[in-house]
Amino acid sequence: MGDLNTSMIEKYRNDFLKEVEANVEEGQWVKMCMQCGVCSGSCPLGPSWEHPPQEIFMMIRAGRRDEVLKSESMWMCTSCYNCIVRCPRELPITHIMHGLANYAHRLGLAPKMNPTRRFAKIFWDNIAKSGRVNELELSMRLYFMDGFKSGVQKGLEMKDIGIGMLKTGRLNPFGLFAHKGCKDIKGIHKMLKKAYEIEDRKKGFVA
Amino acid sequence: MADMKVGAYLCQGCGLGERLDIKGLATVAQKEGKAQVVREHEFLCNSQGVAMIQKDVAEEGVNRVVIGACSRRAKVEAFQFPTAAVTRVNLREQVIWSQPDTDEARELTQEMAADYIRMGCAEAKKTAVPAINPAAGHNKRILVVGGGITGMTAALEAARGGYDVLLVEKEAALGGFAAKLHRRVPFTEPFADPQDNGVAALAAAVQGESRIQVFLGATTTRTSGAPGAFSVDITTESGPTVTENVGAIVMATGFRPYDASRLPEFGFGSSPLVVDQAGLEALASDAAAKGQAIVRPDGKAVKSVVFVQCAGQRDETGTHLKYCSGHCCNTSIKQAMYFKDQNPNVDTAIIYTDLRTPGNGEDFYRSAQRKGVTFTKGRVAKVETAGDGLTVHFHDLILNDQAATISSVDLVVLATGQVPNSGVDIEAKPAESKDGEARVQSVSILNLTYRQGPDVPQLKYGFTDSHFICFPYETRRTGIYTAGPVRRPMDIAQAVEDATGAALKAIQSVESAAHGRAVHPRAGDLSYPSFRREGCTQCKRCTVECPFGAIDEDEQRYPQFNEGRCRRCGTCMGACPVRVISFENYSIDTVGAQIKAVDVPDEFSEKPRILLLACENDAYPALDMAGMNRRVSSAFVRTIPVRCLGSVNMIWITDALNSGYDGVMLMGCKHGDDYQCHFVKGSELASYRMSKIDDTLKNLNLEVDRVRTLEVAITDIERVPALIDEYAAKINEIGMSPFKGF
Repeated sequence: MGDLNTSMIEKYRNDFLKEVEANVEEGQWVKMCMQCGVCSGSCPLGPSWEHPPQEIFMMIRAGRRDEVLKSESMWMCTSCYNCIVRCPRELPITHIMHGLANYAHRLGLAPKMNPTRRFAKIFWDNIAKSGRVNELELSMRLYFMDGFKSGVQKGLEMKDIGIGMLKTGRLNPFGLFAHKGCKDIKGIHKMLKKAYEIEDRKKGFVA
Repeated sequence: MADMKVGAYLCQGCGLGERLDIKGLATVAQKEGKAQVVREHEFLCNSQGVAMIQKDVAEEGVNRVVIGACSRRAKVEAFQFPTAAVTRVNLREQVIWSQPDTDEARELTQEMAADYIRMGCAEAKKTAVPAINPAAGHNKRILVVGGGITGMTAALEAARGGYDVLLVEKEAALGGFAAKLHRRVPFTEPFADPQDNGVAALAAAVQGESRIQVFLGATTTRTSGAPGAFSVDITTESGPTVTENVGAIVMATGFRPYDASRLPEFGFGSSPLVVDQAGLEALASDAAAKGQAIVRPDGKAVKSVVFVQCAGQRDETGTHLKYCSGHCCNTSIKQAMYFKDQNPNVDTAIIYTDLRTPGNGEDFYRSAQRKGVTFTKGRVAKVETAGDGLTVHFHDLILNDQAATISSVDLVVLATGQVPNSGVDIEAKPAESKDGEARVQSVSILNLTYRQGPDVPQLKYGFTDSHFICFPYETRRTGIYTAGPVRRPMDIAQAVEDATGAALKAIQSVESAAHGRAVHPRAGDLSYPSFRREGCTQCKRCTVECPFGAIDEDEQRYPQFNEGRCRRCGTCMGACPVRVISFENYSIDTVGAQIKAVDVPDEFSEKPRILLLACENDAYPALDMAGMNRRVSSAFVRTIPVRCLGSVNMIWITDALNSGYDGVMLMGCKHGDDYQCHFVKGSELASYRMSKIDDTLKNLNLEVDRVRTLEVAITDIERVPALIDEYAAKINEIGMSPFKGF
């Protein structure tokens, strides 16, 4: 991925705004921001962001490529859509945040240990494997992502809920082995591969 | 008019008949008011009632009509009798509607009504129907000074309205500042791209209009006279001076850009790559003439342009212009588009603190964003030459980066503001000339022969004085209207609107002047001031204080009233220490007689009397409206409307106190830079005069609270009755005046 990153910088000659417009989902909207700050003020997690959306847009225009792409900020978005609803310029801010996060991830610049990124990755790997989420496996992987000890701890913390779910038939203890994927797993894999190909070709991710 | 014959007419309608003893009031009018004819009518403003009065005027010879009914602001058309002077007694709004409808209140309400009838009859005997101004001017030509967008538009509008126009332009061609623009900010849908500046078409229309006579390379070197009768010397650079007569003047002398060489920190003067907005227009026009893209002054291609907004504007340090010029954000957007439209790869950054895009500028702003113009919220600190280009240092206000830079910049454009071409500041004090405000050029534009100075008065920062909201084109020189950026900072679209408005005001002015009538705000008033020459002490207070420069001095140094220039506010009357100035229907006597007509009970009656002199423009309507809302206020107050607090003569106040009134209230408009006074300086002068009254009161051994000056607005419907009650309580606390019964 490092090579991809260099080639992108090369291609846009440091003009980060143009790069965002070309490669980030809904990135063509970034230039339309009028810096009113309503998005930042509306974000329920706003105070937790290092750079609220308004700043991210300004940083993109100011060409602060590394700072933006390595930022944890856009990973904080919970998709509540408050900003989209309120933006006077009707920017799809939520989508842009996800687009930026995804782009940073594809370039390998996204913060490695960001919990949102890790969850997203676990979720994606899980669902892409069989075309259907294996809930028990997903929970297990999440519990144990920081090692065996913390996994057991987290499991014990949640044991009452787990037992409750077991009793009401909401949790199949054999799901880990007996998970059935969708009917045409091969077809799903083929489809995803094709989608990757198209995206890579469109955005120039392939050399 | 032969003998005076007073007719008093009392209305019983609108509840007056039920609430008041009209018979008793009729007796008051007859016995005390000495009205020769007294009649009651159940519905005075209907056709029967009016016909009854008309009959008396025609057959009985009644020439002073006292109407005891509603406010003078109601039924104005019904109660108009051309050969009789009409006095209105406000029994409805300010008596029955402002007093409680209870049996206990009946006596005081009746006393109030009786006093107002006495006052009305007393006033009627002191008034006369104004004669037509003998000096009315009948010239209806309109002079437009300035041949820019504003001037040309005003000339065309006036000409198309059927009036002959003289257009004076000091340059050799029409067009003004707009002619120098490569393109203008869009003014039609979809407000997305710069448009043709439109000057050529407008100039052609002006030159093709037979009613407009254009003087190029000419200035106005002497202006004298009054509305309907101005005499103007027009001096052409290489030709003779001609004297022309005109009826009204539109001054559209525009602006000049703020001097960018006062901004060395932005590299202006030291680097040819730094230009102001006018400089960029020149580069763009040059390039367009050659059919090329805009290049740097050294001929190299432009790859990056930075626009610095508010350069030398909205300055809080006092060094530069303090105000926002309004057009510059849109202008910078337009200029950035010059580059983007030629080559989308040219980097254009606009560094602003607050982007202000009036009119349809929001659409234009969006269009620029779509075209890829970068907008950066920041404050530019410095522009430096670096290598072949420039580096712009600024404080990024969004990212709070003090050391933000944009380097390898080919052109920096400074958005300097507008400085009005308003001529000589006739009110400037020499000591003030060092402050940071835009210093006006010392060359006069109109060269008025008026006693108060050669140009129209200014309000702030050199812009001509006018009321922003209520009467924007009126200057403090009647018949002279300012329009365009000389009045306030503005763009072309606003200037066109301004020009149209000023042209209409000029037309109104010449028409009113021809009929000897006043213009705004006493539009249609036929009265005019006259003075008793033998009593005048030549103190010059009237000539100095007239807010409209209407009064000059003759060879013998007596005041010379120019009736046409007068707005009939009566400020001269209020100023005159020997009380020789009066109007036929408004004088020291008309108000003085009313003050004396009030029945002042003795000091043991526990019925104080408070005189309220209320400005007829704001305070009096507010009182009326309080009555309409049935807001009750003290029954001890007797209100007399005055044309302006400026017309209040000190004698009224001393008379009132001497005749036993317990307090005097004055209600006028707000004064100061954001004044509300319809006569601009009237309320300010009044408050200045009243500030001196404390000593007088102390000399009379009276409490200073016996006189109170208040600022009210027309919207103070709830506040005005509250102020009255508050003051009545205060008077109660101080106790009764010791001057009763003398």
